[in-house]
Amino acid sequence: MSDKPKLAVWKFASCDGCQLSLLDCEDELLTVAGEVELAMFLEASSARVEGPYDLSLVEGSITTPHDAERIRAVREQSRALVTIGACATAGGIQALRNFQDVEEFTRAVYAHPEYIRTLARSTPIADHVKVDFELRGCPIDKGQLLEVLSAFLHRRKPRIPTFSVCVECKRRGIVCVTVARGEPCLGPVTHAGCGAICPAFDRGCYGCFGPAASTNTPSLADHWKKHLGVPDDELGRAFLSFNAWAPDFRAEGERHG
Amino acid sequence: MTATSVLAAEHLDRLFQALARREYTCVGPTVRDGAIVYDRIEGAADLPRGFTDTQAPGEYRLERRDDDACFAYVVGPHSWKKYLFPPERRLWRLRRSDGSIERVDADEPPPRYAFIGVRACEIAALLIQDRVFTGGPHSDTYYGRAREDAFVVAVSCTESAPTCFCSSMGTGPAVTGDCDLALTELVGEQHVFLVEAHSPAGRELVDELDLQPAATEQEHAARAAVGAAAQQERALDPEGLPELMGKSLESPRWDEIAERCLACANCTLVCPTCFCSDVEDISDLTGEHAERWRRWDSCFNPGFSYLHGGDVRRATAAKYRQWLTHKLGTWVEQFDTSGCVGCGRCITWCPVGIDITAEVPKLAKGEAS
Ligand code: SF4
Ligand code: SF4
Ligand code: SF4
Repeated sequence: MSDKPKLAVWKFASCDGCQLSLLDCEDELLTVAGEVELAMFLEASSARVEGPYDLSLVEGSITTPHDAERIRAVREQSRALVTIGACATAGGIQALRNFQDVEEFTRAVYAHPEYIRTLARSTPIADHVKVDFELRGCPIDKGQLLEVLSAFLHRRKPRIPTFSVCVECKRRGIVCVTVARGEPCLGPVTHAGCGAICPAFDRGCYGCFGPAASTNTPSLADHWKKHLGVPDDELGRAFLSFNAWAPDFRAEGERHG
Repeated sequence: MTATSVLAAEHLDRLFQALARREYTCVGPTVRDGAIVYDRIEGAADLPRGFTDTQAPGEYRLERRDDDACFAYVVGPHSWKKYLFPPERRLWRLRRSDGSIERVDADEPPPRYAFIGVRACEIAALLIQDRVFTGGPHSDTYYGRAREDAFVVAVSCTESAPTCFCSSMGTGPAVTGDCDLALTELVGEQHVFLVEAHSPAGRELVDELDLQPAATEQEHAARAAVGAAAQQERALDPEGLPELMGKSLESPRWDEIAERCLACANCTLVCPTCFCSDVEDISDLTGEHAERWRRWDSCFNPGFSYLHGGDVRRATAAKYRQWLTHKLGTWVEQFDTSGCVGCGRCITWCPVGIDITAEVPKLAKGEAS
């Protein structure tokens, strides 16, 4: 038996990209393994250590009745629960179903729709159980994941700023793609964390970290429409993507139908 | 009177060579990603020769010129503060060993910079930041050292953008001192730079370049070109601004601005005088290492006004009011100068084009009615 804190990684409806960010911490992975016991991490090993767990990282959204039960069991076994990524935090890209008739989809796609048990909506983990911290991104940033792990291990607050992507963009001295090229960019209303990857590659942010702490989406949308000539349907789609079910983005997306 | 001499454009590299001999790291304007930014430059070939910019609220475009002018553009998204007050700087590193804590890094001296192409409004901004960082009892040693070592090659503007309002703020477009060298570029039949030395170091460098004195016509032409740049579309009357700000605290205009303001912080990050930073302590997974970092912050950021229990200023209206009333009002009390030099960056680089010169008169009107 190890006396190191037990870490578990759980998967719900998701693509595994966020969990893989943990494996992607190549240089730090041995240190992580030295500081915590990887009690449950199926992407890395099929071995399972029984709960309870000191920290659970939860990837994915809730889309089935079975998962809605399972997340409760995970919560019961976890001292702290941190969601990782847009699916777990906002419902993910699969939350686009929330705007449509899911039953109609299942009828159209499956030969035997009666075998499909799915919920009408894809919802974030926090809609089902208490969440201690939500880490944003599609996928998450591995530096931020390590910060959350370090903070958890040393019982301090994670240093995860909630300001806009613009702050990271300007700190890096990147030339604003909206101002200098008229390219729509969701950076001003998007939560920082990625280090402004997209503007650094000369394209607009598409909001994969979800809404920042303060968002004025109507003003941004108005500017895109009047000054950048973005048509209404494109505007709607810009807000309805990986974080479509995050309240601020959802409201703006729906305004443009 | 400072004597004016002439440097032919084809000999501009002599200036860079003279700076290199003095072991300066030259930084200045260069074209990158569709804008004129400040970066490491090695010689005249790195300057934005033949380029200019057009600017409007929320809009900047890099354009080609039909001549070879090197400095016929206006200020861009960067300012010199990024060298003196870097966006991110590690202040120290600690390591824990055998129950004691030791500091494992040494203070690194800043590079000795030569700033090439500093505009009059930017000199005004440097003087303001000098007061902020080194004017009080607790001086910022990194800033102080970098600033003291820096060699400033200024350029008087011969073009201004529609977003510029330095004339009204009394900060430009002519460079009148507070630098080592001041250049004025003349294009036309002859492409030359008129050079004035404003410091002993500048004079020594000019002597080494062995230049001819400027002809009277050249000096006239330079004055006319800078005079043309002084004709500006936008203006802000600095008279009475602190009083106006003080009287406007309850103005309904703040809520109107907040309808457009994104609180994204761009205005403060591009502003050459804004100086706020956050200090963050971080520890690693093992808990054996800790670092302290200083990063640019902004009064628009969540957490900026955090006191026990939450942020003091939560609404965007309150944040914008804080920014403007500090910049144009309480800054004067605090530092004996306005916090705005009229460079227009906050107008151009606002992603929705909010214009400080349009908002101030609205406050004044709101006051009167
Ligand atoms: S490119 Fe996007 S993220 Fe960067 S400053 Fe402009 S709007 Fe903000
Ligand atoms: S810039 Fe925006 S879309 Fe791109 S990675 Fe960052 S948050 Fe995601
Ligand atoms: S407030 Fe705006 S115009 Fe004034 S110095 Fe700052 S960026 Fe320039």
